[in-house]
Amino acid sequence: MSRPQPQGISDLALVTGLKSGDQGAMAELYDRYSSVVYAVALRVLGDSGAAEDVLQEVFLQLWHKPTAFDAARGRLGSWLAVITRNRAIDSLRKRRPETDIEDVVLSVAPDLAAEADRARAAEKVRGVMGSMVPAQRSALEMAYWQGLSHSEIADKTGEPLGTVKTRIRAGLIVLRKAFQT
Amino acid sequence: MSEHERYAEDLALYALDALRGEDRALVDEHLATCAACRRELEQLRGDTALLALATTGPRPPQRARQRLLDAVAREARAVKVVETSPRRSWWGWLGWAATAAVVIFALSLWRENSELKASLASASSQAAKSAREVEEMRRIAAPILEPEAQRVTLVAAKAPPQPQGKVFYLRNRSSLVLLANNLPALPAEKAYELWLIPTNGAPIPAGVFKPDAHGSASVVNPPLPAGAEAKAFAITVENEAGSATPTLPLVMVGAGE
Repeated sequence: MSRPQPQGISDLALVTGLKSGDQGAMAELYDRYSSVVYAVALRVLGDSGAAEDVLQEVFLQLWHKPTAFDAARGRLGSWLAVITRNRAIDSLRKRRPETDIEDVVLSVAPDLAAEADRARAAEKVRGVMGSMVPAQRSALEMAYWQGLSHSEIADKTGEPLGTVKTRIRAGLIVLRKAFQT
Repeated sequence: MSEHERYAEDLALYALDALRGEDRALVDEHLATCAACRRELEQLRGDTALLALATTGPRPPQRARQRLLDAVAREARAVKVVETSPRRSWWGWLGWAATAAVVIFALSLWRENSELKASLASASSQAAKSAREVEEMRRIAAPILEPEAQRVTLVAAKAPPQPQGKVFYLRNRSSLVLLANNLPALPAEKAYELWLIPTNGAPIPAGVFKPDAHGSASVVNPPLPAGAEAKAFAITVENEAGSATPTLPLVMVGAGE
């Protein structure tokens, strides 16, 4: 990976280490990403015990199946954040996971592994969310942080299904554009 | 409205893992054949990652680290030893074929199970039974479909590795599995495409795929017309979005055994 790592060992090298059962590599990856994974799980679940269970589950999945992470498309931090959010929503809604972690491929986005980068990004995301019309912001937040389906959001807000779908997609695109500039 | 526009909003829901049931199956079907929509899905997942990554909060408790590392230590993997033989063994192929037949059966069970769940809420006990059977089949199929499974191809001693593909096709279920290995790497924007060459008529596209870093690839149940009789199968190199007609040359070809 091109991003310089503070400890000098790339994420990719550590993930490769997992494939040969390197427990030290697991500890290093935990130290790099556990705060992101825990923060996302806690934000969704609002309960520290449940968030800790998801944290454990996400890292054990990485340990069991390191090949699921495709370094060519997506950064490890982003990938872990996405699978954590999905797993936390599954836990919140008491449903079985429907997406295999190896099917979660994402475009190469900013990594934000360092906490300072994340704090800046958090501020930017808050700014972008704040600039959205309230109905759009709340549709996106309900979908993302509560895992509500578009029809559940439509029921709650009284808006047509099509409008809710459009708001969610448009909200994500607004975020994308903010980080492209 | 273009096909991509038709799927655009559903892709956003898919990226949020919010699409379930038939809506999800429809998008899955489209994604299997549309590289542009796969890229857009990856982009949308990247967008959702921004929301997640921008979340800040307290650090996890210190005990969580030890709990994980203890679990990892308990599960420290046994190194798998695969005995390789210099002789090519016919029963190896037989075992492979039997496993693939199980995979095809499992996939058809999975399909039946999905349909059953969607249409017959009252038959939940039957669906649960099918789900258990599917789970069992998946466990059996894992060694050939999991990317991390060790794949060993036995060839004549001292022969250099050759590209190989094996197609298992069940015409009456329109089910197909391709397992390939030692495939040469492709230039960017290019992909392999599998073709079903019917007894009559033009070649039918049977899945676009890219090999992994080791040259291994698989195609599982591409969309196919019902009951197409296959005379042969072939593989070409196409643009990664796939093609409706094969671009010569055929890089691999094989007829029924």
